Amino acid sequence: MSTSPFNSPQPESAKNAATIGKAVKIIGQIFSKEDLYVDGDVEGTIECQDNKLTIGPNGKLQAAVRAREVIVLGQIKGNVEAADRIEIRKDARLVGDIKTARIKIEDDAYFKGSIDIVKHDAKAAPATPRPVTPAASTATP
Amino acid sequence: MLPERFRTMFRSSSALASPKSSRPALADKESVVTRQSRALDQFFTYIDDQVGLSILDLAGATQENVSFVTDLGHKLYTQDFLRSLDDTFGADEIQEQAAGNRIDYFLEQNLDFPENTFDGVLIWDVMQYLSPALLSATIQRLHTIVRPRSYLLAFFNADDKSTHSPKTTFRIQNKSTIELVQRGQRKQAQMFNNRSLEKLFGQFESVKFFLTRESLREVIVKR
Repeated sequence: MSTSPFNSPQPESAKNAATIGKAVKIIGQIFSKEDLYVDGDVEGTIECQDNKLTIGPNGKLQAAVRAREVIVLGQIKGNVEAADRIEIRKDARLVGDIKTARIKIEDDAYFKGSIDIVKHDAKAAPATPRPVTPAASTATP
Repeated sequence: MLPERFRTMFRSSSALASPKSSRPALADKESVVTRQSRALDQFFTYIDDQVGLSILDLAGATQENVSFVTDLGHKLYTQDFLRSLDDTFGADEIQEQAAGNRIDYFLEQNLDFPENTFDGVLIWDVMQYLSPALLSATIQRLHTIVRPRSYLLAFFNADDKSTHSPKTTFRIQNKSTIELVQRGQRKQAQMFNNRSLEKLFGQFESVKFFLTRESLREVIVKR
């Protein structure tokens, strides 16, 4: 699912990943069984439990997120569970609670919320994340 | 090698190393100082033998502080108080901070937690940038959301000749050492001395002061 022009270079983290381009808005639930790169708008939930989720610099999420690894360059408003690690890059913005095993926050990143470091052996049984806003429609890539 | 408490690093020359001027520094150079902090040491000594506490950091998230607090087994809540202050009232718009409805809005956005939520608060130096009305309301709210017998760590500029103080990021290096990264200056809303701080935290159980050589007054407050 890509809206990027064929000749525009893709960011490193978008290679080999399903892509939601910056002109796309999705309201609903996204389940992915491969790495996912989101540079557009998403309201609802995103789950890619065994894969990496990257929010590009234009990405805006109002969503509960669950992934193995989360890289944030854009904006997230919602709770994030990253089983392995989360990175909040410079100029990224995350408002919500984080549950993860490891976290990296770059200088000039904005984060507001709580950080709960969960060791792998102490993880609770997985539960489905609740949408931040009621879903108006559902898109399942 | 010098003992850690004597180790002071300056990565660049700094206008903030001599904060006597009452005007903002012309050059926005960054200075980095690493030093011992007795107040920081006491704060973490008080919670040394506990895990699973809820700690609130009002100065935004830094990798060092997040790692240090979570490695101790605590849950960290971060609020970027100064950025939110600027977003709500405008940068350096201290007079704007007096409007009652905007104070309520600011507190709802930043300190909307149930009673007795936190076991410790890293206030750092953010309180000196709040107007008297906003500061009073903030302290009142902190008193509510912090558990009895918990501690707060706060820093205040002790140079009473300066109306500005360095914009500082505090990075915890270990239990008793902090790195102060300073860039530019910010106008203080008011000046404090020991007496005014005792009055400010009057409803708390105790207030203890440590004066540092950077004209910084470190304060440990017990709820």
